[in-house]
Amino acid sequence: MNNQEKEPLFSARNIKLLTAPLHKDNPITIQVLGICSALAITVKLKPALVMALSVTIVVAISNVVIAALRSYIPDRIRIIVQLVVIATLVIMVDQILKAYAFDVSKQLSVFVGLIITNCILMGRLEAFAMANRPWPSFLDGLGNGAGYGLILVIVAFFRELLGSGTIFGYPVMEKIGIYTTGYENNGMFILPPMALILVGLIIWAQRSKDRSLIEEKQS
Amino acid sequence: MNSLRKQLDKLRPHFSEGGRFQKLHSVFEGFETFLFVPDKVTFKGSHIRDNMDLKRTMTVVIIALVPAILFGCYNTGLQHFRSTGTDASVLQLFWYGFLRFLPLIIVSYITGLGIEFAAAQIRGHEINEGFLVTGILIPLIMPIDVPLWMLALATAFSVILGKEVFGGTGMNIFNPALLARAFIFFSYPAWMTGDKVWTKGLVSGANVIDGYSGATPLGLCAQGHTADLPSFMEMFIGTIPGSVGETSVPAILIGALILIVTGIGSWKIMLSMFGGGLTMALLLNALGTNEFMQLPFYYHFVMGGFAFGAVFMATDPVTASQTEKGKWIYGFMAGILSILFRVLNPAYPEGVMLAILLMNLFAPLIDYFVIQSNIKRRIRRLQAVNQ
Repeated sequence: MNNQEKEPLFSARNIKLLTAPLHKDNPITIQVLGICSALAITVKLKPALVMALSVTIVVAISNVVIAALRSYIPDRIRIIVQLVVIATLVIMVDQILKAYAFDVSKQLSVFVGLIITNCILMGRLEAFAMANRPWPSFLDGLGNGAGYGLILVIVAFFRELLGSGTIFGYPVMEKIGIYTTGYENNGMFILPPMALILVGLIIWAQRSKDRSLIEEKQS
Repeated sequence: MNSLRKQLDKLRPHFSEGGRFQKLHSVFEGFETFLFVPDKVTFKGSHIRDNMDLKRTMTVVIIALVPAILFGCYNTGLQHFRSTGTDASVLQLFWYGFLRFLPLIIVSYITGLGIEFAAAQIRGHEINEGFLVTGILIPLIMPIDVPLWMLALATAFSVILGKEVFGGTGMNIFNPALLARAFIFFSYPAWMTGDKVWTKGLVSGANVIDGYSGATPLGLCAQGHTADLPSFMEMFIGTIPGSVGETSVPAILIGALILIVTGIGSWKIMLSMFGGGLTMALLLNALGTNEFMQLPFYYHFVMGGFAFGAVFMATDPVTASQTEKGKWIYGFMAGILSILFRVLNPAYPEGVMLAILLMNLFAPLIDYFVIQSNIKRRIRRLQAVNQ
């Protein structure tokens, strides 16, 4: 116990908690969690960014809370305790969004509420916060939120640029003057299947760049 | 021919191991087998190699497509001159259509073969000929007015994401040509639906005479104008607006005959698909709550891409069911779904494409159950003998 107390706040191990989910342990492309929301709210960049922030905040704070409570939670009711913590935070995020960013909140519609069912949250609480101290859990939450957000923003960038011709609502394609050459926005990027294909392409690119991520063939 | 053979033999050392162009080995191989029947023999096990390899198979399909291509060129010209109200000789019509259709073929082949060649080089595979047929099928199921860059994009999409990611020719789940069409259908719906795109020059609207709408029969039906339909004979012959190769039933039937006689296309799939369409059409006739549903059942076979889909798309040996019993089920379901989508979903006037793609997805499952039931039957027979 004493040994751990002396560990510096940003030791190599803790930094790794923060950076691993961005690439080698990404919640979407490696663990394949949270796909549902990645398809639903990535049509435009702004909602995607807000969603990424909301998830990051919720997963980081709930990780801290559960990590602090972990020795007092009876094993048999831990899921319900975790849900209570997540639900409280999600409702708070939802209310804040409604108060200060109503238009984005309307675009996100039920998907803010559905953060509760996002597998990444329960996954982190079960796999990490229940067995670690609050500070590493906080970093783990931030890292996973950021890893989720990173993919969301990449997908949303392409979907908004190619589907609507804008970036954060700014009409990039129109300013370039590409429409006069006969170019048209691709309607399929607005439909959810294209998000799935984009996530697949990201997984493809990631694995062909880092071959250690490819699973070995089961004989 | 002999001198060509000698030339190839002279070039071969450069492309085999240790040669200067070793990396382009598969390109050489590709051209050689295109020109000559490969003389390779198997070197272990008792396998027989048939001269009828993939390349010959593909060539037969292309020959079967020739009538539809020729009629497509003629009809493209016919529709254009009808829309402008000018008279022209048959040869003029054909030549006009041919010149408009040629760019589509060139773009489709260059994009698709380019990707196919590149993929073969990267993977160290031999170039396979899967794209020879896909490359001509894609322009045949496009509206003549589709912008060329869209066609190139759709072709690239279908070859990379429909075929290469699954492992290349023979490994794909979906029919690549239909995938290209589906891509444009969902990405640029304005270019795949509506009245204007099926006739060359109608989008710009110059010199178009009054009274020419350019609507396809299915478009008319979806809008509820069944009274304006062309006559059955006209739709059968194919002098109607539509995708380039799909309009003429006689031309497609000639192709079907070639495919069946050579044993390349499965007659079971074609027949059962028509059977499925017939069943569904009769069922809708019996229900008959609107004009489209009351349409005589035989109209469905000559409208839209039903015949073309049944003969050239559903029979694709890679994506269709492999088992003989499975082929009946696969074709029948594709027929039923085609007419169901077409009549009951006004958002998708052409249901054949989606029906076949959906059945492509189910083909492995159908095969699985056919094989399992066969195994069960044999086990029972064995038990009966043993008792």
